[in-house]
Amino acid sequence: MSGTDINLSMEPSYLVSGGNTLWSWLTTHDHKRIAILYALGITFFFFLGGAAAVLVRLELATPAGDLLTAETYNKTFTFHGIVMVWFFLVPSIPTTLGNFLVPMMIGARDMAFPRLNLFSWYLYMAAGLFTIAMLLLGGVDTGWTFYTPFSTMFSNTHVILAAVGVFVVGFSSILTGINILVTVHSLRAKGMLWFRLPLFVWAMYATSIVMVLATPVLAMTLALIALERLAGIGIFDPALGGDPLLFQHFFWFYSHPAVYIMVLPAMGVASELITMGARQKIFGYRFMTWSMLAIAVIGFLVWGHHMFVAGQSMYASMVFSILSFVIAVPSAIKVFNWVGTLYKGHLDFHAPMLYGLGFVGLFMLGGLTGLFLAATALDVNLTDTYFVVSHFHYIMVGGSVMAYLGGIHYWWPKITGRLYSERLAKFAALLMFLGFNLTFFPQYLLGYEGMPRRYHEYLPKYQMLNVLSSAGASILAVSYLLPLAYLGWSLFRGARAGPNPFRATGLEWTTPSPPPAHNFTVPPVVTEGPYEYRP
Amino acid sequence: MIGFAPPQASSFAPRIDMLFNAMLVLCSIVALGVFVVMIWFCIKYRRGSPAERGQRESSNLTVELSWTLIPFLMFCGLFGWSLYLWDGLRTPPHDASTVYVVGKQWMWKIQHPGGQREIDQLHLPLGVPTRLVMTSQDVIHSFYVPAFRIKQDLLPGRYTQMWFTPTETGTFDLMCAEFCGTDHAAMRGEVVVMRPDDYARWMQSHAQVGLAERGEMLFRRFGCSGCHGSGATVHAPDLDGIYGTTVALTDGSVATVDDRYLHDSIMLPKSQVVAGYAPIMPSYENRIGEEDVLALLAYIKSTQQPGPHPTEPSHERH
Repeated sequence: MSGTDINLSMEPSYLVSGGNTLWSWLTTHDHKRIAILYALGITFFFFLGGAAAVLVRLELATPAGDLLTAETYNKTFTFHGIVMVWFFLVPSIPTTLGNFLVPMMIGARDMAFPRLNLFSWYLYMAAGLFTIAMLLLGGVDTGWTFYTPFSTMFSNTHVILAAVGVFVVGFSSILTGINILVTVHSLRAKGMLWFRLPLFVWAMYATSIVMVLATPVLAMTLALIALERLAGIGIFDPALGGDPLLFQHFFWFYSHPAVYIMVLPAMGVASELITMGARQKIFGYRFMTWSMLAIAVIGFLVWGHHMFVAGQSMYASMVFSILSFVIAVPSAIKVFNWVGTLYKGHLDFHAPMLYGLGFVGLFMLGGLTGLFLAATALDVNLTDTYFVVSHFHYIMVGGSVMAYLGGIHYWWPKITGRLYSERLAKFAALLMFLGFNLTFFPQYLLGYEGMPRRYHEYLPKYQMLNVLSSAGASILAVSYLLPLAYLGWSLFRGARAGPNPFRATGLEWTTPSPPPAHNFTVPPVVTEGPYEYRP
Repeated sequence: MIGFAPPQASSFAPRIDMLFNAMLVLCSIVALGVFVVMIWFCIKYRRGSPAERGQRESSNLTVELSWTLIPFLMFCGLFGWSLYLWDGLRTPPHDASTVYVVGKQWMWKIQHPGGQREIDQLHLPLGVPTRLVMTSQDVIHSFYVPAFRIKQDLLPGRYTQMWFTPTETGTFDLMCAEFCGTDHAAMRGEVVVMRPDDYARWMQSHAQVGLAERGEMLFRRFGCSGCHGSGATVHAPDLDGIYGTTVALTDGSVATVDDRYLHDSIMLPKSQVVAGYAPIMPSYENRIGEEDVLALLAYIKSTQQPGPHPTEPSHERH
């Protein structure tokens, strides 16, 4: 790309200019500062949701329900799900890396709607407060899926409060989506053609489409849950002529695309990490782009694969089954292209690259097991068992969290201007890969053996694999705490990073680290594609 | 995953396991292949290695199309295989014997046509195709027997069905697989598959008044016969032999009298009123449990001429 040294002139960085008072942060319109505000919230919720996961794994170390009561256990896994899905995974990459990088990668001075950007952070925080309040008042026990009629007529926990939290955070994600779409459409630098966009930007674009189109359905569904609880309107109540299955259709119409809201950004990050590590162009840029857009579109047509045994018509299930196989094709293309990108490269194994490779491996294992669940006849046996739990954790934790952390490591010098300990970072990445597999691989076997999910106590024959899984979880917990420690340390003691410590391509690396408030002193002009690496 | 599989105790189990294992082999080959190539590239093309590099293309249509189309065709094959099994799973044979299941927080209530009732246990004869007609008294549950490789949700307000043929005698775990509230994990039971002679003995020793006869008693006790019985003075449809017929409704539409229709007519009588009748029937919602509804249905069905009826059992194929 057109790296111009002019952009390395001596403007104060965004961390300094505009003042460093609390007020200056809470009223900032700078996309980079908003990204950091989000990162603080998201990190907090990640460790809160993680603490709930630790409780779940501790309880499941023994077959008897001895640590928590059944009710507390149900509230714990529900809290884990709600927090991890809506307060960590969905916003994680788009609001932090997306917010920080999309304007920088396309050569813009800020997002298209800076105030809206700040407002969506406040919405996120307000939703977070509702969720914390829900926890403090006693929690909710419906599972993150809020299935009716349990959630509407039988649960006597704080369902409405939980729904309000998720409702509000949904609007935060709609606003982020709109902002990214408009930014990419209208603020690209001169010469930044659509097919010169870095794949991360394409990923954010595809994700934003899904966010904007799918999230309103979630809002509507949660509103109906609240109305049904408050006023008994009977949409989901068979006694009033309603249908509980309708809820599942509404819910998964959002929540399956939401899976792609969580994993498309990770695919974007991985593409950046792997090209940087391989020091060459991505293999098959256009196939990579089109496959992301295909995933975004087909992702809307597969929701019924969550309902093969729910009482859905068998013919509907057949259609959802074949479409679920079809959506695996673009995912397969991506895996092959990432591997192809390594071919004839000059591979550097920085920590971000290790995270990127870890992402590819775990995403592939999650994707392949998805094929088993797409096959109706196998899903009948496997659905609602630990096989499913393991499958989606491979995609979301193995895939998305690994990519998120890889991205944080890659752009950390750009965001903070500091370098972290490369050795510790590599160690954490390896530990995470091992800990993750030890936690979740046994769960595939558990599911195959027939252990249902959301069980507070279980038959003794399942214990050995559960103990392995809990042991893995403790390793995983350490590997997540490590980056918190060494990245935190680097903020104060890390060596100063130059503008481009990874010698990477991309407009964001042509600015100083950390960048000035408006990113580019001189508007950049783009003359080539995104990954023109020289060995 | 041999060694971890639960016993194969239904006619489906070996066929489903075969597809599972085929998919497992295929996916393992793909995963292993990708990992090997990845590691090989990582070693061969590490920075500073002597490997010849030349100019790598930035894309290659033939290569990319082939790794698009080959997986696609592979997936189509797997889909077809699965579809074949799926059709079998969802199509009970006509001679299947029927058992009724009601899910209730947090227990399984079973009724046999002979009137035998059990809780958290289901006794079945070996080798006989068995169809379960299921509904829920409260929230959604899911009837899951890993050894049979089958699972089906139970919903309030509708009937779902599943079928299987037990092929091994023994006791097998029955678990609820859909989260149903506080004691979801305790909603377990067992399926006991017995040799036919043992089963006959068991049925004999647990003999009760038959399901349809119990339904007839309930028909009188709940006062149904006061209006629907012969000689009643109230103008209400005669229910003898009504099952499987088609009735015209006041809103001009037509309904087939199946399980769902009869259930709704008891619980939500105002929703589908037969043309020519006043909507005066009171709702029995909260007055009749789902088990008793099943008994009433059995009685109403028993009033028709014997012989298999074309629409029996409600052939909504779920």
